[in-house]
Amino acid sequence: MDTNKKTFKRRTMLYIPGNNPAMLQQGSVYGADGVLLDLEDAVALNQKDAARILVSHMLRYISYEGCEVTVRVNHIDTPFGMDDLKAIVPLQPDAIRLPKVETVDEIRRIIQMVEEIEDEHELPHDKMKIHVMIETALGVQNVYDIASFSARIDAISIGGQDLAADMQLVKANDGIGIDYARKQIVMAAKACKIDVFDTVYVDVENEEGLREEAEYIKKLGFTGKAIINPRQIEIVNEVFTPTEQEIRKAAKIVKAFERNKKEGIGVFAVDGKMVDAPVVQRALRVLEMADIDVAEI
Amino acid sequence: MELKLKAQAGSFESSDVLIMVEPQPQGVGRKIELESIVMQQFGDDLLLQIHRDLDAYGIKDIRVIINDKGALPPTLSARLETALKRSAGLQTGTLI
Repeated sequence: MDTNKKTFKRRTMLYIPGNNPAMLQQGSVYGADGVLLDLEDAVALNQKDAARILVSHMLRYISYEGCEVTVRVNHIDTPFGMDDLKAIVPLQPDAIRLPKVETVDEIRRIIQMVEEIEDEHELPHDKMKIHVMIETALGVQNVYDIASFSARIDAISIGGQDLAADMQLVKANDGIGIDYARKQIVMAAKACKIDVFDTVYVDVENEEGLREEAEYIKKLGFTGKAIINPRQIEIVNEVFTPTEQEIRKAAKIVKAFERNKKEGIGVFAVDGKMVDAPVVQRALRVLEMADIDVAEI
Repeated sequence: MELKLKAQAGSFESSDVLIMVEPQPQGVGRKIELESIVMQQFGDDLLLQIHRDLDAYGIKDIRVIINDKGALPPTLSARLETALKRSAGLQTGTLI
């Protein structure tokens, strides 16, 4: 096991409406781990062209330093999806987010289109990642097959509002109706060893409710959460950041692992508890989430 | 790019710019009317950028009305591109 391997920190991903210049130019200053520049639901139908062009120009001009940049395009079967891909794919943001994916055939078709555009621009197929949104009952049923279709898919997420509508739920905000879907999607992501993001919490005024939901989805195994307002960032980041006690324990485990590895010992004990590879992996993840360099502990 | 219609893009929101374009007969040239909250500091730069963008699209005859609320260069270019494409009928959007 390589204890120096790094991955992205993805606790919070802030949706930014694609036709809002003020928010687009300030996107990285709020403290979210990533920004989701949105061409889909946050943009009025008669402004889709304006948003697409604005986001394209912003991507060339703004560095968003320190933030993972993802662009949510419109679904490929809408009148806007193909134009979005043609405009955004050549700019190679860190990732594109595909909404309402339901079947393997659909994801195959979209990735083929993405790669044809990349070929036209002589771009590699392995730089820009693909994030898939599961937002319908059919998508939930097919989620593992979708998520495992391509190595480019490095995260999946649940779109709670659209899923609730598809399930004809009258009350969706308590999360009961989409609980099965959340767990199914987490399990698919873990089976594929990719990240998994929770849906937005729409009641911006209810900070306690947001904290409860963030704590719950962390226990389920989510990597992080999409958010719709900068004031939600601090709460979710706090929930997903390890405590001092967790950090101390993780550091102890990793140090013991490095010590034992030199002596060829794979399984050992720390504070009377057995430590093996999965425990070390979890400890490494804790240190990573706390921004602690393993080489310096 | 051949302009066919009056068209506009953008808004009066802070950090945005509202741009209206109107095709003009051949030989009339460019008529640019600019209002900006940063006119004193950046008025010349804004005009320079508009002319540079119009040059890139090969547009010689046009009326452009710009009401700037402190837009960054990418926003100015994006709104002009949107208005021009709407005017040329290359894509739909808000038309006057």
